[in-house]
This record gives sequence, C-alpha cells and structure tokens, in this order.
Amino acid sequence: MVSDEITKMVVLADSSPILPSELALRAYELSTDAVVKETCFGLIVTGSESEVNETIEELRRLDPSGIFVKDRGFPPGDSRRCRAVRGGGPRPGFHQLEKESAILPSISHGLETIDEPLDAKEPKKREKLKIDRFIEIIEEQSKEDVNG
Amino acid sequence: MAKILIFPSNSLILSDLVARFGHEPLTLMRVIRRKITEVGIDSPPINVTPEDPKRGLKYAAVDVPSGVRGRMALLDPLIEEAEAAIIVHEADYSFGCMGCARTNELVKYIVRNKDIPRLELTYPTNDDEAREFVRKIRDFCESLTHKAEVPA
Repeated sequence: MVSDEITKMVVLADSSPILPSELALRAYELSTDAVVKETCFGLIVTGSESEVNETIEELRRLDPSGIFVKDRGFPPGDSRRCRAVRGGGPRPGFHQLEKESAILPSISHGLETIDEPLDAKEPKKREKLKIDRFIEIIEEQSKEDVNG
Repeated sequence: MAKILIFPSNSLILSDLVARFGHEPLTLMRVIRRKITEVGIDSPPINVTPEDPKRGLKYAAVDVPSGVRGRMALLDPLIEEAEAAIIVHEADYSFGCMGCARTNELVKYIVRNKDIPRLELTYPTNDDEAREFVRKIRDFCESLTHKAEVPA
C-alpha cells in the first residue's frame, strides 16, 4: 500500500513580484489540511492529493506565469534529505533547482508572450570552435604567458 | 490526457509546463516517493526489491555497471507508461558520473526507438529562446490532445 500523501514544491521565479511569505500566508488562509513549509524558493506543500492540488491551484492565481510546481519524492523535514540532520551542505536536489531557477524568469516571460509573433530574424546558431582556431588561441595564450 | 515522459526526468520546468498544458508528466519523483513510502518495502536505503534488478536487466546486460542498471530500474516504469516524450538536451545539472552519463544516453536511445511522439529541444539561454521553448512544448501538447480526440 502506498501512502496517499503527496508532496509538491512551489517555486517562484526571480521575476515574480510575490514573496514566499505571501504565498505561505495565502496557503494558510485557504485552511486546507495540507501542511505548508515556507522555504527560500517558495513553498513545500504536503497532504492528500486533492488538498495539495487545490492549494496549488489557488496559489497559482497569485501569479500564473511566475509560479512553477513540481512533485517531490521526500516529505519536508525527512531526515534523509533535511540539512539539519545531515550536518549542513546543500540538500540533494538543490543544484538542480538552483540551475533551473536561473532560467525561470525567461520561461515566465515566454509564458506571458507565448502568443506574440516571433521576430523574423533567424535565431543565432551556436557554432563549434574550429580546431585550427582553437590551436591558434592556445598558441597566442601560451606566448602571452611566456612574455608575462 | 497523455502521459508524457520528460527528460531530465526531475525537471521542474518540464514537469510544470507539461502539467500546465493539460497532460501528465512522468517524473522520477513519483517513483522515488513510492520507493520511500510504500509499506512492505524494506526501510530505505535498503529498499531494493527482487523486482528491481530484473527491471534493470531489461535494458542493460549483467556486465554493465550496476549504477546504470539501478537507475534503469527506477526509470523503467516511466518508460513503460510513456505515451509521448519530451527530451531536453544540454541540461547542465544532469551531468554526473559515468553511471549518470550512460543512463542518460540509454534513456534517450530507448525513447527514440519507442514508437511514440517525441519532441527534442535544448535548454533556453535567453528570453527569445525561452519563448520558442515554451511555444514548442505547448504546440506538442496540443497536438497530443487533438490526436487523442480523433477516433481511431
């Protein structure tokens, strides 16, 4: 039998005008039985599937394009993940969240302007550096280092 | 509503966008949740069941490093259930040891060989690319919705 409790992470884009504390307040106002934990990136919501989804549905209304949600396997405060017990250091999964958080403002902008026409100009293709040019750069750099 | 395999399978952005556009993202977090909360499975981290090695062996031979087979055992239910897939390349955070690297390659290979609709993208680096990224995912999700509505 699987526990019917689920956990979801609510992550705010940097560009969002909402603060995690405002999200938490709104979640408390909803008075569902879901447990809410405020974090630096947003919230962690735990409870039965219907209550968690209902809470998140309401929270999303605060900033539809700036609030992002994903499932989380571990409940909040789980000793296998919680830094308080593990003696510090980043929580497993933190680096992934940090990396994706960096492009959330762009994704948020993309969601807001999704129906606007794209610029006619071709997107720049990132070309790989030619090996001859790479050798030249190495030689130039090594000469500079020698000359000091 | 289609079940869409996302890759990287723990991606916040992909899981959010797929759910936002009306489909079910198949994420690793759900598998992990089952692994750590299901009654009857031994206490974590000793929660490997006899079924897990069999699942891993479906995809990789016994002499393949156990790290790859272990990861494939977790990803197997997602691959089996997938009705469509969204693969994003150049995800810096999916970089890891050889176990991660080979598993990533293997998952992409298996998905490409599976007869399901597939969208392959690269991670956006600026606003324009992000808009294109979001738009492609929306169009892909809409095409799946329309496909489901057409009677066979």
